Amino acid sequence: MIDSQEMVKKVFTQNSARIDTNKGDAYYNSLFEKAKSRLSALRKQPALKDIDLMEVVESEGVNRRDFMKWASATTATLMLPPMFTPLVAEATELMNRVPVVWIELQDCAGNSEAILRSATPTVDDLLFDVLSLEYHHTLQAASGHQAEHQLEDAIHTFKGKYLLFVEGAIPKAMNGQYGTIGPGGETFEENLNRLSKDAAAVVAVGTCATFGGIPAAAPNPTGAVGVMDIVKGKPIVNIPACPANPANMVGVVLHYVLTGQVPELDSLLRPKFAFGYRIHDNCERRAHFDAGEYVEEWGDEGAKNNWCLYKMGCKGPMTFNNCSIIRYNEGANWPIGVGRGCIGCSEPDFWDKYAYERPMADANIKAPTGGVEKTVDEFGLGLLTATSIGIGVHAVASAVAGKRTVHSEDEE
Amino acid sequence: MSKHVVIDPITRIEGHLRIEAVIDDNNIIQEAYSSSTMFRGIEEILKGRDPRDCGLLAMRICGVCTGTHYQRSIEAVEHAFNVTIPKNARIVRNLMQGGLYIHDHIVHFYHLHALDWVDITKALEADPKKTVEEAQKWAKLSGQRAWNASEDNYAAVQERVTKYVKQGRLGIFGNAYWGSKAYKLTPEQNLIGLSHYLDALDLQREVAKAQAIFGGKNPHPQSIVVGGVTCVQDIKNPVRVAEFKDIIQKALKFTKEAYLPDVYMAGTMYADEALEGVGAGIGNFMSYGDFNLDDLPFYKSSKLFPSGIVMNKDLSKVYELDQTKITEDVTHAWYEGTTNKHPYDGVTNPKYTGFREKKDGIAYLDTDNKYSWIKSPLYDDERMEVGPLARMVVGVAKGDKKITDHVTKFLKNGNLPTKVLFSTVGRTAARAIETELMCEEVINWCDELAVNVANGDLSTWTEFDFDKVAKDAQGFGMAEAPRGSLGHWVKIKDGKVVNYQAVVPSTWNAAPKDYKGRLGAYEASLVGTKVVNPDEPLEIIRTVHSFDPCIACAVHIVDTNGKELAVYKVDPVGGCRA
Repeated sequence: MIDSQEMVKKVFTQNSARIDTNKGDAYYNSLFEKAKSRLSALRKQPALKDIDLMEVVESEGVNRRDFMKWASATTATLMLPPMFTPLVAEATELMNRVPVVWIELQDCAGNSEAILRSATPTVDDLLFDVLSLEYHHTLQAASGHQAEHQLEDAIHTFKGKYLLFVEGAIPKAMNGQYGTIGPGGETFEENLNRLSKDAAAVVAVGTCATFGGIPAAAPNPTGAVGVMDIVKGKPIVNIPACPANPANMVGVVLHYVLTGQVPELDSLLRPKFAFGYRIHDNCERRAHFDAGEYVEEWGDEGAKNNWCLYKMGCKGPMTFNNCSIIRYNEGANWPIGVGRGCIGCSEPDFWDKYAYERPMADANIKAPTGGVEKTVDEFGLGLLTATSIGIGVHAVASAVAGKRTVHSEDEE
Repeated sequence: MSKHVVIDPITRIEGHLRIEAVIDDNNIIQEAYSSSTMFRGIEEILKGRDPRDCGLLAMRICGVCTGTHYQRSIEAVEHAFNVTIPKNARIVRNLMQGGLYIHDHIVHFYHLHALDWVDITKALEADPKKTVEEAQKWAKLSGQRAWNASEDNYAAVQERVTKYVKQGRLGIFGNAYWGSKAYKLTPEQNLIGLSHYLDALDLQREVAKAQAIFGGKNPHPQSIVVGGVTCVQDIKNPVRVAEFKDIIQKALKFTKEAYLPDVYMAGTMYADEALEGVGAGIGNFMSYGDFNLDDLPFYKSSKLFPSGIVMNKDLSKVYELDQTKITEDVTHAWYEGTTNKHPYDGVTNPKYTGFREKKDGIAYLDTDNKYSWIKSPLYDDERMEVGPLARMVVGVAKGDKKITDHVTKFLKNGNLPTKVLFSTVGRTAARAIETELMCEEVINWCDELAVNVANGDLSTWTEFDFDKVAKDAQGFGMAEAPRGSLGHWVKIKDGKVVNYQAVVPSTWNAAPKDYKGRLGAYEASLVGTKVVNPDEPLEIIRTVHSFDPCIACAVHIVDTNGKELAVYKVDPVGGCRA
């Protein structure tokens, strides 16, 4: 039997659907109608919380115009055309119709910490108004039996309707006893199976919950796996990265509210709106890559001038994520901004494949071939076919990278 | 008949923690057991890797004190390689670590701990006008105006939460111990707490943003490398430094106008418990020391928080820290053997023996035998408490002027005797005292960085020859996390890690009993506490929360190769070659 991790790795190297940034009017018109009827159906549902979001938004000192600006940016993040902006705004107001249960398994709480940093919407809006957050280990007031009852009540009341957010991996070795939770000493695996049974969909946040992450790094002492290796027969959305970007967490909920479905996913079950492009495609240092200007050691002239970090081991060319666009902590910065390469934290097995800082020619990783705007699936092929191209060769080639890109894409 | 209470999960913490307590007919806790129920094996994962990559992985030991783990891991390798980082790198690391303290303490007090003191439902009965007077009263103790204290604000907070409560579903605030007699604040005081809970949610986001300026993101920053830091462009840009300073100035204002007054308020309302020493625990305190104030190698550098040991609450004596005296015992932890040895000599194989029994849907720990994934660390064969209170106690005992001034000022303003510090309240107060001190220092360090850069120093990294220094080396990085002493030890051979070990705050505090049957810090702090209602063990939660549990990092395994490790010697200062 091939477990799904293995399958995922296989899929990673196969050709499949590429992301379409423009799917044509017919598609969007039909989606628009669908979203409209979905929202009007949601509006008719009894509210879990009867809150006038605009009132809240205004009380935060944000006016309608700013809110619509945010909605418009979010529409773009979700890779939808501008006509969806009013619907996205409306969906935000209706987000609290969809209850969220958030559990933590073999984790470090990094993703819980990340959601605490959420700026759009802000965390207090999320907690009190926007989300109907029914259970969250790190923020939950009740402990022990009382917490357990609160959780049981939520999954009973919202049977079939709630989104189950899972943070952390699941240890399989030793019958799952490397992690237990609750008064009854339930294993993490039993806990996940019980709580996902009646969920509308399961959202794995962070690389531990998606691909096993830290505990699954070699030699994986506890036999840790991700959610999709355990949960069957449910829609699963993976939001990898370490930690996942809160904007993408909110995006997934928003998309679900808007369409009643999980967003379009790539072969690793990642939403294409967030993981459709490589870091490299939108990197602020991209021009230096194309010009063959590289940082050669920490703190050198290149580092002082924000040159490309590829030679310092940046995995931007092989990592699919939108952090080069949305960044972190209200856009304050991002890893490449602080002069450290991308470590590929939204890719499977990145701890064993990507998370180091030396030039790629020194490692078992092949230098990237092809150019920008490749999909994860196409890119996997590129990885396999490329033999170890030396960094020196690439540096020379990159001077004419723009032309080569078009050329090599044509060839493929 | 005594009652056996099981609390699992303990929420509003990081990680998976279970507390069991045996409570007698007078509702006094007779026995307490602290158990961590999750295991990942990160040190095993670190073995065989390139030492330069350890920091990125080791920081993921925890998503909360992430930056502290990151720096200690990198320092351990720098110690092994005999690399001293440039001034800019030291200051930036201090700024990131200082930001972490401030963020962590604020989140801890307001979002993880406050609901043990503040009854949200009672806040709805408060009179907003009286609430303003009440807030001004506590702020005045330190000569401040109260934070965001207006009738309009309090009324708006009340309205927002009333609306929320009226929906019938309280979400994450549901089914807590609301209405318990163990809550002692007045409705107005509860409303102050609730209002600051919300304001602090905004503020913590800002402070996290400050850390991201030099760290790239928060949590899990990415700008620290062996030899220095990578964020050259943020260091040389005065706007970035000013942005960082602005945010910390705001945090300082909040700390003076809200955080400290709230602690005076809670401390006064719970003064009887504090004076009785409820939640005091072991009474032995340890600090590894933190924040390098000069550009010597970190293990020789003078520190903002000094290292040291204080025994039996006796502030008249302080012992120098000698890290070779640290040992770990696994008598009651799910590992093979019972030995009590230095981490490097420890033979540690997981040996899970499970629960004693499961009855009526409840599992019970096998408390006579093994009952936790956390080991029992000892210092010179003594049990220790670590954390902000330990840092304050060691600082005062050592006669450190800054720390003594801040502690004295706090006690004088709050009209509280020194004795109150040795309690649950005191542990919480120490954190607030430290936040003010920390903000002031960080603001100065921003200026120090700006001046150094303005003088033309843009150096951010010290070069080293990896092939030479990584042949056969060992080192440690020891400092403090917001919640206590945190150390990483690394041994390197032929460019690869052959052993990695972390002994961290929650290992010290959340540990089970040791080979002599002596209790861990959580356990000791709970025994003797009176619980108003054993079905609503708010007092237990409150005391455990006062330590700010952070459990993921405390759960670890060390090398299984005992023989090789037995010959490994550690020089407490300086010497870094095997």
